[in-house]
Amino acid sequence: MAIWFTRSRTITYYLKRKMGFMGILNQDSCSNSYFESISSSSSSSSSSRIPDVKNSSISRYSSAFTFLVHRFKSTKTSGQLDQFYSSDDENSQALDFPGGKVAYISEMRFISESNDKRIPCYRLLDDNGELIEDSDIDQISKEVAVKMYSEMVTLQMMDTIFYEAQRQGRISFYVTSVGEEATNIASAAALAADDVVLPQYREPGVLLWRGFTLEEFANQCFGNKADYGKGRQMPIHYGSKKLNYFTVSSPIATQLPQAVGAAYSLKMDKKDACVVTYIGDGGTSEGDFHAALNFAAVMEAPVIFICRNNGWAISTHITEQFRSDGIAVKGQAYGIQSIRVDGNDALAVYRTIRAAREIAISEQRPILVEALTYRVGHHSTSDDSTKYRPADEIEYWKMARNPVNRFRKWVERNGWWSEKEESELRSSIRKQLLQAIQVAEKTEKPALGNLFSDVYDLPPSNLREQEKQLRETINRHPQDYPSDVPM
Amino acid sequence: MASCLRRYGRRLSVSICEKRELSTACEGKVIQQQQQQQQQQTAKLLNLCSAINQALHLALETDPRSYVFGEDVSFGGVFRCTTGLTERFGKNRVFNTPLCEQGIVGFGIGLAAMGNRAIAEIQFADYIYPAFDQIVNEAAKFRYRSGNQYDCGGLTIRAPYGAVGHGGHYHSQSPEAFFCHVPGIKVVIPRSPQQAKGLLLSCIRDPNPVVFFEPKWLYRLAVEEVPEHDYMLPLSEAEVIREGSDITLVGWGAQLSIMEQACTDAEKDGISCELIDLKTLIPWDKETVETSVRKTGRLLISHEAPVTGGFGAEISASIVERCFLRLEAPVARVCGLDTPFPLVFEPFYMPTKNKILDAIKSTVNY
Ligand SMILES: Cc1ncc(C[n+]2csc(CCOP(=O)(O)OP(=O)(O)O)c2C)c(N)n1
Ligand SMILES: [Mg+2]
Repeated sequence: MAIWFTRSRTITYYLKRKMGFMGILNQDSCSNSYFESISSSSSSSSSSRIPDVKNSSISRYSSAFTFLVHRFKSTKTSGQLDQFYSSDDENSQALDFPGGKVAYISEMRFISESNDKRIPCYRLLDDNGELIEDSDIDQISKEVAVKMYSEMVTLQMMDTIFYEAQRQGRISFYVTSVGEEATNIASAAALAADDVVLPQYREPGVLLWRGFTLEEFANQCFGNKADYGKGRQMPIHYGSKKLNYFTVSSPIATQLPQAVGAAYSLKMDKKDACVVTYIGDGGTSEGDFHAALNFAAVMEAPVIFICRNNGWAISTHITEQFRSDGIAVKGQAYGIQSIRVDGNDALAVYRTIRAAREIAISEQRPILVEALTYRVGHHSTSDDSTKYRPADEIEYWKMARNPVNRFRKWVERNGWWSEKEESELRSSIRKQLLQAIQVAEKTEKPALGNLFSDVYDLPPSNLREQEKQLRETINRHPQDYPSDVPM
Repeated sequence: MASCLRRYGRRLSVSICEKRELSTACEGKVIQQQQQQQQQQTAKLLNLCSAINQALHLALETDPRSYVFGEDVSFGGVFRCTTGLTERFGKNRVFNTPLCEQGIVGFGIGLAAMGNRAIAEIQFADYIYPAFDQIVNEAAKFRYRSGNQYDCGGLTIRAPYGAVGHGGHYHSQSPEAFFCHVPGIKVVIPRSPQQAKGLLLSCIRDPNPVVFFEPKWLYRLAVEEVPEHDYMLPLSEAEVIREGSDITLVGWGAQLSIMEQACTDAEKDGISCELIDLKTLIPWDKETVETSVRKTGRLLISHEAPVTGGFGAEISASIVERCFLRLEAPVARVCGLDTPFPLVFEPFYMPTKNKILDAIKSTVNY
C-alpha cells in the first residue's frame, strides 16, 4: 500500500510537470514578457526578450498566483518543494540523520532542477499605481510616502546631472541607479537608522534617504578635500560612518560575508538592529555570495540580503548568469527564508523590507530578498549598453515599468501630491544640485599628506621616508604635479 | 580635469615616441626567422587592443581545441579585445561566464587538463584575487603534484593591469609580483602591440599555465606596425631595446615607455643608458640582465607596483649576487609607493620620468 501510494504520487508529479510545462507554453503563446521568456526559452535571442507592454507578466502573476501571494502575507514561508517531498510520518522506513528524519523510498527520483511555476513576485501597486484590490496593507503615513517619492525624484535628478557632469569631463566616472529608484529608496525607508548597511555600488538612494547631502555626494565624486574618502577612490564610492553606511568597494560581492560578521556583532551585542547588504544579480555568482548565505544561516545572523536582480551584469544577461529561478530560490538551499518582490513597486519593497527586518531581528536569522527590477541606464559611463541589448527593452522598463511614475500616481491618488509640489521640488533640487557641483568642483583637493595617511593607523618608517623623498622630487619638478593638490 | 588631460597628453606623446623607437627595436629572432620563411610579408598599424584581438583570432583559428571565455567577452569585452570572436568562432568556443573569477580559472584548468587551450580573461587584474587559490594552489602545482601525469599547460589567463589615469584602487593595480612568487606558472607582460601579439601566441601555445598581464593604458595609445601573419616571440628571453654603456634599466609593460623617455633625456646630459624589456617575469632571463650590468656596472629597475616586495627586489637581489664586485653604485628602484593605488594622488604615486631621470643621475654620479 505504501509503495503504491508513493508511485501514484510520482505519477502525479510527472503529470504535473508536463502540464506545467504546457501551461507555460500556452501562456507564452498569448504574450511574452521579459522574465517569462527567460524562463521558457533557451534561445537568448534578444528579440525574444522584447517585452509586450500591454500584457505585463506581473498582472498575470497576480491573478495566477493569488493563492501564493496570500500565503506570502503571513511571515510563514511557502515550501516550494513540499509537494515533492515525502510527508508520511507513518513511514517507519526512515533514517535518523542529523537535522531530522529522512524518509526512505524505493523508487529513484531526482529532485527537479526547477519548480512547476516560478516563484511569484510580491507587489501591491499595479503598473498604473493602483493598489491591488484586497491587499491589506498597513497604512503608510503621508509623511513617509511623500518623503519616499521626493527622494526617488532627487535620486533620479542627481543621476541625470552627475551623469552629465561626467560627460562634460568634470568628473571621471559615474554610475546611475535609474530604474532602481524604488528598490533603493523604499528599502532604505523600511530600515532604522541603527541598521548597518553594506552596499554594492548601485544603492546611493539608501545614503540619500539617511541624510547624505547632495554636497556630500558631489564632494566624493569630485574627490575634493571634503570627500570622506579623501580623494582616494573613484567617484560613487561613497561611505559614511555617521550614517552607518560602509564605504563602497569595487570588487563584487566582497561585502556579503563581511555583512554577516557585522550582523553577528549586533547579535552578540543584543542590538535592536540588523545588517542590510545589497548585491546585484551578477554578484550572486561570486563565491562570496554563497559563503555569506551559508555563514548567515549557520551563525543565525540578523542580516538581510537584498539582491537587485536588474537583468544584467554589464553585458551579461541573467540567462548567462544562472539557470535557477532567479535568486530567491537559492535561499532555501542554504536554510534561509526568501522572498521575491517587485523592485519597481516602492510600496511592496517597503513592506517587504519592514517584514524582513522584523523577522531578522526578532528571530535572529537571515533573510534573502530578491527585487525584480531593471538597470535602465548603461552599466556605467564607461559602457554603451545599446551594443548588447535591444533599445525597446530599455524603453519598456523606462516608461511602462517606471518605478517613480508608478509611485507618484499612488501618492497623487491619495491626495498627497500635486503638480505644483512636483515642479517646486524639481526646481529646488535642480538648484541644489547645480550649486553642489559648482562648489565641489571649486573646492581644493585633499592635501598631499593624505596619500600616506590611513594605510595603517600610523605611517610606518617606509612611508615616512617615501613622503620625504616625494616632497623633494616635487620641489625639483613642480611642473609634473597637479597644482590643485595642496602640499 | 585639466590636469587629467595633461597627463593623458603626456602619455599620448609617449606612445608616439614608442611607436617610433620600440617598433624598430623589437625584431626578435623568431620574427626574423619567420620573415624569411614567409614569402610576402604584410604588416599593419595596429593598437595593442587590436593586436591582442588578432592573436586571439589566430589562436582560435589554428587550434580547434582552443576556447576564449570570461566576463563579458561575448560582445567584445569591456576593452573590446575579444571583438568579433563569438561571431567568427561561435558561442561554444567564445563565451561569457558567470561573474566569478575562481570559477573562470578553475574551469580553465579543467578544460586545459583535458588537452585544450583555455584562454581565460579576468576583466581587470585588480579582480584576479578571487582566483588566487585556483592559480597558486591548483594551476601552478598541477603538473608537479601528479608526477607529470596531469598538467594544465593549455591555460592562459589574460588580465589588463596598471594605471590609466583615473582608475583608483581597483582599476589600476599591477599584481605581477604575487604571481612571480609561485613556481609552476609563467608571468608575461608585453610592452607594445607587436610584442603583445607574438608573446600572447607564445603563451597560449606554451605547455605551461601563464598569466599574461596587458598594459591597459596602451590598449589604444600604443600603435605600431604589427605583422599580419602568425608569429611567436620567445618566452623567458629579455630584449635589449636600447643599447648604452653607463647604466642598465630594467622594466616591463607600460613602464618601458616612461623609462625610454628618461633614457632619451639622460642622453642629453651625456649619460648612455641601456634599456631592457624583461617581457617574461618568471622564469626570467637573468643572463641578459647580468651581461648588461657587467658592461655598465649600474642597475635601475622600475615598475608601477609598490616598491616593497615588488619584482624589482628579486631582480636587484639576483644581480647583486652575481655582479657584486662589478657594481659601482647601489641598485636603484623607482617604483610605485607603498600605498594602495590612489585616485587623486595618482600623479604622485607613479614612477614618473623625472623620478627615473633623477635616479639615473644619482646612480651614475654615486
Ligand atoms: C570581483 C570583480 N569582478 C569583476 C568586476 C567588474 N564588474 C564591475 S560591475 C560588474 C557587473 C556587476 O553586475 P551586477 O552584480 O548584476 O550589478 P549591477 O551592475 O547590475 O548593479 C562587473 C563584472 C568587479 N568589480 N569585481
Ligand atoms: Mg545586475
